[in-house]
Parts: sequence; structure tokens; C-alpha cells
Amino acid sequence: MGDCTRQAPKEIEMARWHHSGGASSLVVLALVAAGCASGGGASTNGPDPAGASAAERAEADRQLLNGTPNGAWESSYEPIASGPVLIRGGTVMTAAGEEIEGGDVLLVDGRIEAVGLGLDAPAGATIIDASGRFITPGIIDTHSHLGVYPSPGVEGMGEGNEATNPVTAEVWAEHGVWPQDPGFWRALAGGVTTLQSLPGSANLIGGRGITLKLVPGRGATDMVFPGAPMGLKMACGENPKRVYASRGPSTRMGNVAGYREAFIKAERYRQKWDRWLAGDREADRPDRDLELETLAEVLRGNILIQNHCYRADDMLTMLELAREFGFSIRSFHHATEAYKIRDRLAEEEVGASVWVDWWGFKMEALDGIPQNLALLTEAGANAILHTDSGLEIQILNQNAARAMYAGRSVGLDVSRDEALRWITINSAWALGIDGETGSLESGKAGDVVVWSGDPFSVYSRADQVFIDGAVVYDRFRTQGNPRSDFELGILPETGQGGGR
Amino acid sequence: MNRRGRAYEPVLRGAILIALLAGLPADGSGQDVAVTGGTVYTVSGEVLEGATVLVRDGIIAAVGHGVAVPAGVHTIDATGRIVTPGLFDATTSLGLVEVGAVSSTVDARLEGDPVRAAFDVVDGINPRSVLIPVNRAAGLTTALSAPGGGLISGQAAIIDLAGSAADEMVVRPRAAMMANYNAGTAGGARGGASLRLREVLDDARFWRDNQPAFSAGRTRELSASRLDLEALGPVLDGEIPLIVGVHRASDIEAVLRLADEFGLDLVIAGGSEAWMVADRIAAAGVPVILKPLNSSPSGFDRLGARFENAALLDQAGVDVVIGSFNSHNARWLLLEAGNAVRFGLPWDTALRAVTLAPATALGIADQYGSLEPGKVGNLVVWTGDPFELSTEIEAVVIRGAAMSLDHRQLELFRRYRELDDERPAFKESGF
Repeated sequence: MGDCTRQAPKEIEMARWHHSGGASSLVVLALVAAGCASGGGASTNGPDPAGASAAERAEADRQLLNGTPNGAWESSYEPIASGPVLIRGGTVMTAAGEEIEGGDVLLVDGRIEAVGLGLDAPAGATIIDASGRFITPGIIDTHSHLGVYPSPGVEGMGEGNEATNPVTAEVWAEHGVWPQDPGFWRALAGGVTTLQSLPGSANLIGGRGITLKLVPGRGATDMVFPGAPMGLKMACGENPKRVYASRGPSTRMGNVAGYREAFIKAERYRQKWDRWLAGDREADRPDRDLELETLAEVLRGNILIQNHCYRADDMLTMLELAREFGFSIRSFHHATEAYKIRDRLAEEEVGASVWVDWWGFKMEALDGIPQNLALLTEAGANAILHTDSGLEIQILNQNAARAMYAGRSVGLDVSRDEALRWITINSAWALGIDGETGSLESGKAGDVVVWSGDPFSVYSRADQVFIDGAVVYDRFRTQGNPRSDFELGILPETGQGGGR
Repeated sequence: MNRRGRAYEPVLRGAILIALLAGLPADGSGQDVAVTGGTVYTVSGEVLEGATVLVRDGIIAAVGHGVAVPAGVHTIDATGRIVTPGLFDATTSLGLVEVGAVSSTVDARLEGDPVRAAFDVVDGINPRSVLIPVNRAAGLTTALSAPGGGLISGQAAIIDLAGSAADEMVVRPRAAMMANYNAGTAGGARGGASLRLREVLDDARFWRDNQPAFSAGRTRELSASRLDLEALGPVLDGEIPLIVGVHRASDIEAVLRLADEFGLDLVIAGGSEAWMVADRIAAAGVPVILKPLNSSPSGFDRLGARFENAALLDQAGVDVVIGSFNSHNARWLLLEAGNAVRFGLPWDTALRAVTLAPATALGIADQYGSLEPGKVGNLVVWTGDPFELSTEIEAVVIRGAAMSLDHRQLELFRRYRELDDERPAFKESGF
């Protein structure tokens, strides 16, 4: 692996941010591509782009590498149209260091235009009086199975684990996401605007995760967060060895051998394709292999590893694996023992997506403590609060508060801004979308929550939730909040799924 | 009977009887403590500002203003603090599980026949479980430690979260019979669950009324073992409640009919759709133990799950009990109660739902659930509103003894507080 792979991720993410934004983004893409393995190559997938511009060829290459040739599988998300909105006079918690009393947030064209005091309302703006209320960025969950393990959790509906082989890098959560999961709209009513829906943890390598915006669509791609890198779900420890006990892996040793074998193959595949795309056409065009295509993108840094891993020693083992193959792990998930190695996580810039206080349900979860987040934060690690739960995703704000107070109760100095970051900007970073959302800063997406009171109080509720500047949920309206097809005709309207 | 028992005879009679049944020391291991100056939420009565709660020999001797604290009694200054009864979790397996996925540590479920009425959890209770101090430090003092699984799961015990032996912890063994009603509990159809419940209750009644004939081998064949039939006697006699885990509205109605038919003291647990049949539940005088944080239509028996369940049941006149339905994190009981308030349950009712309401539903309100003279001295001192996330606990008192608030999770925290040059495994040098 050369420097290219090491350097590429952020640049490519940056470029992909603006993928839907027009020509300028393609220039960035071309620069990135040219500096990297695929520079100058033309895709042979689909129509021959001979005669296409360098930028077009680079984009075609990017799609091929990523497994999205011809633009297939790209996001079809469309923001809901909205006029300018001025949210006025609330306590603005920015997740960017500030808490502004009596502050305003101005949304224009779906973006945050300004955050501050005494902002002027543009002509035609909707004005929302937020006095006595609190304003935060939209909440982001890095670990959800909404869509792939939807409600009702009955026969025919479980899409999360392709538990037929320990390595299934070829499967995509996106292909199992049911956009009618009623859980999406309950999460929305809890202030969540974005989540990553992941494959389960039965497999060593479970497949690609997908980052979704909580705006209703008819197909999964309608919800896909434009430009967000995909995730790769990997799992350490007990789950794979339990699921595959009879055929292997049945031990942690077998788990690690399984990852290594997969990445050895993937590295060979990446080299073959990168050579070919670089213009070395002596050999035939390599065949596509869906499993290795995903892993090669991990090796190139274009897919972010989201690694289910509880124990400190298991996480250290995975860091060795990452060193062996020259990739980086974006975030450990669950990571009940992350606090034990928080210095290493900080040093290596690996995030930790954790719960507040789940513990003891299996051996590798025995040492979970409620101070995990506070200790990680103190050490300068990227601390993230996740849920892995259709229920807890509805109370992420409360859980952030509980973790903050758990830290303070033993003398760890956690600020409100830091606690808010656990469920907003830090989560966005773990998903590679922190340039786009996760804090209240001008230029970012208009993903905003107005709370009835302090979001760190058990009694507060999300009053309005904005995504890309549009009100997608309003607690006070009796019509117009999203509701799943599934819930029609079963019960009288109860306000469920984002109602009252 | 010792000297202490005499002084509080009216109070202790029941407790001593139970203590003897449970093998407890006759004095209940009770101690003396005075909690002074706090805002006392008695739950059964008024809120008393700047009041004192005096506990003698583990039993509340006085609550109010101007209570004289005898010399030598340990005093906890609760000035500016809130004092409540200890929290009572009516749906947990505390003491019966250590690590969920390690089956050798789980004693909350008997495999085999769906009817396990004779299964009594008491001998499985482990007073050294690390779960107990963790949850006690969050204000839990009393729990119904219950078995699960099957159609009739077995008999639950009420325990205080104090004591170094199971018989010291147990307040009332065989305090409730646990059951489940859904399509999966007997033969794959709801009718099967009804059929089996009716059959076994009917046989239990028959057995009760024909014991000599049974012993002589002159009865028809019965559908459950002698021990199961015997264990169901107190249920049939209304001496202990039958707690049925049930969610779908129509299933709740089926269980109400069954309880009416056999004259049972029914308690509904779970009750995701209970709000849809709240009037019927209220008319039957049946309490509902529920988990307020439950809003997903995760199965076809709970399509009506909603956060407002507790509030709607309360409005209909149902006695609402809040349970954690959890063991490792039974401490979530507070979060559950706070969220019930967030969705409309009056604050006082929520506090009652985690103190006096479970004690009442389990028939032990004469001893537990509120701060009044004669009741067991279990209480908590809080820095503020018990449900608010910022509130901390300053003291947990069980039977008059101020409990340690330390536990394994804090030990882990201290060991890893500093990642210095010292290897963590060598950090505690106390040995």
C-alpha cells in the first residue's frame, strides 16, 4: 500500500461530498483520482467512454471501483422543498463549542445560513419562536439496524445477517433496507436525522452499511445520504465464533485467520485492478468479484470500517490487523472496554461508538461502565454514543445526558458541548459526513432539532425536526408527519410514528 | 422472639412470621438510622419539608417534624435533599443471572414442560451477584426476582438487595406465580395457551379438593405433576397474584376472562396494548406492570405499543406499576419512570409506580412501598428530582442500614482512571 491509500480517504470523501454539486466537484475527483491508483484509466464497464473527458473517465473509474457502475446504486435522495426559516431566541447548542443563549439559527435553501444573535429574517421566512426552548444539530446514530431488522420483527423481515458464510463483504445493507420500517419515524420523533444502517454481527465481515437520511422514500436509495461513504461491518469476538461454531471459525484465532485470508485476497485483487485502471492493459480486464470489490475499496480508504468489537484485547488485535494490511478502522462499535485502551484509540484516531451502560449480557460485555464515554473524551479519543436499538435511538439525547452525568459523578469534567458531540458531530465524523452535517455552523445542511427544553432533561421532547431545512416532524401538527404504510388500517391514528 | 421484636410487636408480627418462613433472623438484621432535614416524599401521604425519618431495628419508627433522634443512632443529614422510599422493581431477575449468555450463571428459567409452577427461584438467588450492588447504588432496594419462559414460569420471590445469604435477602418467597400468554407459549396457538391454563388450573383445584383420593391413587390422570398442582393452590385461593406477561389487547381480554373464571388475583405484565382496553382492566381492578419506554410495533402482539401507555391507563383508573424488565440494568427503572412522566403520567403517580404500586400489586404494601411508621426502613436520599438525569444518590438505606454505594463498575473505573506507567493488573496493592 502506498501513500496514496493512506492519503486518499479524506480527499475522496471531500470530493464525493459535492458529487451532486456540479462540475467543480468532478475536478476535485479527477485530481484525487489522478494522484491515486486509478489515474487516467478508462472504465470498460458499460459503454466505452473513449473520447470522454478526463473528469468523466475518472468518475467512471470511481464508480467501477466502488461497485456502482453506470451510476447504479447512487443516492436518489431529494431534499424536501422549503423556504427560509428563522428559528429565533432559543438556547443554541452548536456542537461546535458554543452554547448561545437567546440565539438564532437561519436556514436558507436547505442549508444553515447563519447562527448567532439577532439575525434578520429574510423576506418570506418562516419564523419559529424558540424562546425557552433549545436548538441542537440533528442527532446521528452510527449503529442502527432500522430498515434491515425492522418492526415487526417477524418471519420474512430479518435482513441483517447473511449468516451463510463468515465473510460476506459482497452484501449491502442498502439492499435489505425496508423504507417502511415504522422505527424510522419513531427515531425521527426523537430528534434523529441521520443513521447508519448496518448488517448484523454474525459474520467476521458482514457487508456494507449505508448512511440514511430520515426522509421518507419509496425505495432505499431515496433515503441514502448523498455522498456519504459506505461502511464495512466487521465483527470480533463471540458472535462469529458462536454462529459458525460447527464449521469454523469457532475461536478468536479462527476469527483473525478469517480476516487475514480475506484481506490477502483483497490486496491481490486491488493491485490487479489498480494496475489495469492505471493503463497497464497487458493482462485481460480483471473479472469483478463483489466480495473483493468491497474489501479493495476498504484498502483504498473509500469504505470506512465499522467494527463490532467489545474487549480491549480484541480491539488491539484488530489494530494489528489494520497495520498488517495498511487500512484504518474508522470506529469500533460497542467497545465496552474502549476506556481501557483510550490512549491508543486517541493516538491512532480510531473512534469508539459505545452505549452508556449496557453490560453483562455476555462475557465480552462484562466490563462495560457508564464512564466509558467520559474517559474516552478526556483522553482525546473520538467518542460516539450509538444505540444498536430501535428504542434507544429515540432517547439518544437522554443517554448522552446520562453518560455526561455518569462522568461528572466521579469527577470527570465533561462539558455539555462534549456530550452533545457524542450524538452529533463525532457520529458524523465516524460516518465520514462531518463536513456536511453534525453541528450548527453556517454552510452545513439544515439538520436541526428544536427541543421543548434542555435536551439533557428526561422531560424534554423534540418539538420540530428539520432535515435539509424542511420540517420533517412537528410534534404539534396532527397531519403531515411521516407514517409507515405498515401502520395504516391496523390501529386508529394514535400519533404513533411521529404523530402528536 | 428477641427484645426488639417486643417493642415493635404490632409492626413486626407479619415481618417476623415471614422472616421465620424465609429463615431470616428474627430481627430482620434491622439497624437504626435517622435521616434528617430532607424533603420527604412519603408516597402514601404528604410531602414533608425538613422532616426526619427514624428507623429502629430496620423498621420505620417515625416520620415527620420534631422527631427525637435517640443518642447513638447513626444520622444522615438530608438537608436540601429529597428522601423517597427505596425503589421496588417488580420485573427483574436480579440475583438469578450473572452473565446473560453464560447459561451456567442463569437460574431464571427452567427448561422442559411449559408448565413449571413448582419452580421456586429462591435457592438460585446469589447474594454475591455483582449485579446487586450496581443496581442498589441506583436506588433499588427491593425487587420481585422472577423466573421467565414457558406458559407458567414458576414462583417469584420478593427480595431486599441486602444480605449475605439468600434467606437473608428474601422478604417473601413464592410471592407470585409468573406466566406468559401468547401464541408461542403452548402449542403454537393462543387457544392452546388458554386450553392448557384452564386444564392445569382445573386440575389444581381438583387436586386440592381430592388429596386423599389422589394419594390413594384413586383419581383420574392429572395434567401436571403433584408439585405443580400444589404450587398453584395459593393462586387459586387468591393468596398470591398470577402475573401474566401479555401484550395484545385481545390477549389481555382473554386473560381477564380466565382470571375472572377462576377468581384469580391477576396482574398484567408488559401490556403493550393495555391502553386499548384500559376500561376493562380498570373495571377488573387489575394492576398493569409496564415498561414505559416501549413504542415500537416490534411484533403483531404489540402493534399498539406507545409511550403514552402509562398515562392513558392511569387516566382510566388502572393502578400503574413501572418495571425495568431488565436485570443488569434494572437501574433503568428511574429512566422508565421519568419517561412515563415525559409522556403524561403525573409525577406523583410515577413515583408511586416504582414504590407503593408494586408493593400493593404484590400484596406487601403493609410492609413496603412508602415511608410510614411500621414499614420496612428502605429509603433513598437524592440530590434532586429522582427521575431527572442530573440527580445523584447520596444514600441508600435498606432495613435501616446505610448501604455501600461501591460496586464492581466503580472498581473498574478506579483501576483505569489513570493510564500511567503502572500496569493496571498491579494497581490495587491491598493484598
